[in-house]
Amino acid sequence: MTLHQGAVARPWVERILAINGWFVFAFLYLPIMVVVVFSFSGSSNVGIWGGFSLRWYDQMLGNQQLMNALKNSIVIALWSTVIATVLGTAAALSLDRYRRWVGRGAFDGLLYLPIIIPDVTMAVMLLLWFTQTGLVPLGRTSITLAHIAFNISFVAIVVRARLAHMDPEMEDAAADLYAGRWQAFRRVTLPLILPGVLGGALLALTLSLDDVVITSFVQGPGATTLPVYVFGLIRRSVTPEINAVSTFMIAISMVLVLGSLGFQRRSEKDD
Amino acid sequence: MTDSIAAVSLHGVTKRFGEDVVAVDDVDLEIRDGEFFSLLGPSGCGKTTTLRMIAGLEFPTDGSIEIYGEEMGISPPNKRPVNTVFQSYALFPHMNVEDNIGFGLRMQKIDPAEIRTKVGEAIELVQMTGMEKRRPNALSGGQQQRVALARALVNRPKVLLLDEPLGALDLKLRQTMQLELKDIQSEVGISFVYVTHDQEEALTMSDRIAVMNEGRMEQVGRSEDIYDSPGSLFVAGFVGDMCFLTAEVVEAGAVRLSGGEIVRARTSDAAGTSVTLALRPEMLHLYAEASEAPSGRNAVKGSIARSVFNGGTMFYEVDIGAGGSFDVRVENKPSMRRWDMGDSVVVDFHPEAATALAQ
Ligand SMILES: Nc1ncnc2c1ncn2[C@@H]1O[C@H](COP(=O)(O)OP(=O)(O)OP(=O)(O)O)[C@@H](O)[C@H]1O
Ligand SMILES: [Mg+2]
Repeated sequence: MTLHQGAVARPWVERILAINGWFVFAFLYLPIMVVVVFSFSGSSNVGIWGGFSLRWYDQMLGNQQLMNALKNSIVIALWSTVIATVLGTAAALSLDRYRRWVGRGAFDGLLYLPIIIPDVTMAVMLLLWFTQTGLVPLGRTSITLAHIAFNISFVAIVVRARLAHMDPEMEDAAADLYAGRWQAFRRVTLPLILPGVLGGALLALTLSLDDVVITSFVQGPGATTLPVYVFGLIRRSVTPEINAVSTFMIAISMVLVLGSLGFQRRSEKDD
Repeated sequence: MTDSIAAVSLHGVTKRFGEDVVAVDDVDLEIRDGEFFSLLGPSGCGKTTTLRMIAGLEFPTDGSIEIYGEEMGISPPNKRPVNTVFQSYALFPHMNVEDNIGFGLRMQKIDPAEIRTKVGEAIELVQMTGMEKRRPNALSGGQQQRVALARALVNRPKVLLLDEPLGALDLKLRQTMQLELKDIQSEVGISFVYVTHDQEEALTMSDRIAVMNEGRMEQVGRSEDIYDSPGSLFVAGFVGDMCFLTAEVVEAGAVRLSGGEIVRARTSDAAGTSVTLALRPEMLHLYAEASEAPSGRNAVKGSIARSVFNGGTMFYEVDIGAGGSFDVRVENKPSMRRWDMGDSVVVDFHPEAATALAQ
């Protein structure tokens, strides 16, 4: 790691930058703080503090529909993450390592399309595809497939970034030291890109847990996920239960973010 | 040198990348059993590509490679009895020193107890005892270089390939490592194929050297031969310091300089051929009068045009008029006669020290 020795900032510049930092921080986190604090309020009114209570958490756990949505979210997130991670990593490897296969250029460009095109477009495309082909009924399977479809791109991007700064001589060295192709991958390539793979997987998990637009298009009447359910709740009536659910989701996101930071830290240490 | 089978032989090996890059061009080469062989040449001349083809990391577009008589064809690197020390070392960053060195043995499914013994010996050989558990990023350049060497050597390959292994080290360390490498090579007795663009390094370490230029072998021979009788203008210019004068062959063994002086030199071209006369600055001597110079050699009159003091040596440029100028290097010692600018001198040299090379 290199240390940058910039010019010494003048004190007032430094102060303004610090104040700006705090503003950004407040802008981002004050709303979250409000939600978290009011999730513990005993009042039935969303904006009024009614003393500390776990009443809304209790109600949340008792809400069968909500718990179902949560379960769906988790199952879909796990499956789509695992499958998208494997496929996305494979795609990244083939793009990075094998430069001469037919259609590589097109694949390279198209792989990132799901990231670029608006969610609604992607959602409509997927819905049309599911309904026109009729191969999969709308429900948990279609949601999972849709999530895999957009997650592959994200995983591939993260893994490719990692591969890009992996010395290709590593694999040469493994081959030179009697490792077959599989062993070279298993013992050298995979451990070296693992931080990228895990980072990509965490990103996929978060995106899957978060998705509203695409899921609400392809979910059909049967299944729904937590964010889509919450979105529906808000449209009907706003109760402090929303605060409890939101806090719960924030907690999950925090764990995931901390996890991904941890992997990043580790990958930096390895270089 | 025994008459045994060649360690590595290349027959008409050519390597193209795409349509117009010819990295290695129709190379024939024979590397003998147990020798320290260097591939020397400027950047981009195809040294690494040649090495990678021997290792099996790249396959020839044309021609064939044999290792100890066995045709390699397109057998992959893990099926070849050679190991490589890479230019960037390519140590595995996620493994400690011990695991890096043992990697090849583990891949060959050697018994773990035996691996431990061999790795221990290798660590001792490269003097890395006490650092077994360190990760590569916690090692200095020189230490990484030793680990890379041990990792390759521990497999006891029939041939060890080294791609500028000392390129990243500073001069002092490089000189120490040169001697160490040479010691290790004679200790283990395997053939080393050593790639370098540093001619001094090649001369210091090698039994034989192949000088490469633009994908072709310019000259292959013992260090002394390469230095004393360069076979081409390129070799003459690339290996060691050389001063060049334009000349024309008068008859076998004699050339005429542009200024008209006739000097005796080693020639191989027919009379009338324009040649370049190549001379080593340290093989030239300066005298005040032709009568002081030993007889039976060449003596050319000139005057001192420049002098540079360089610590161990004194360097003079001697202007000989229309003929050009000689570079002369004199060892710095108390008895040394010092010349001043403008002094008339006679440059004396043995006919064997002057090589006439076709332009
Ligand atoms: N994979 C490749 N694709 C295209 N051209 C290549 C490839 N590898 C090498 N070359 C070209 O082949 C030539 C020889 O390269 P090589 O790496 O063998 O040179 P080198 O003698 O090892 O040089 P250096 O001393 O700089 O390491 C160069 O012109 C290089 O650009
Ligand atoms: Mg090279």
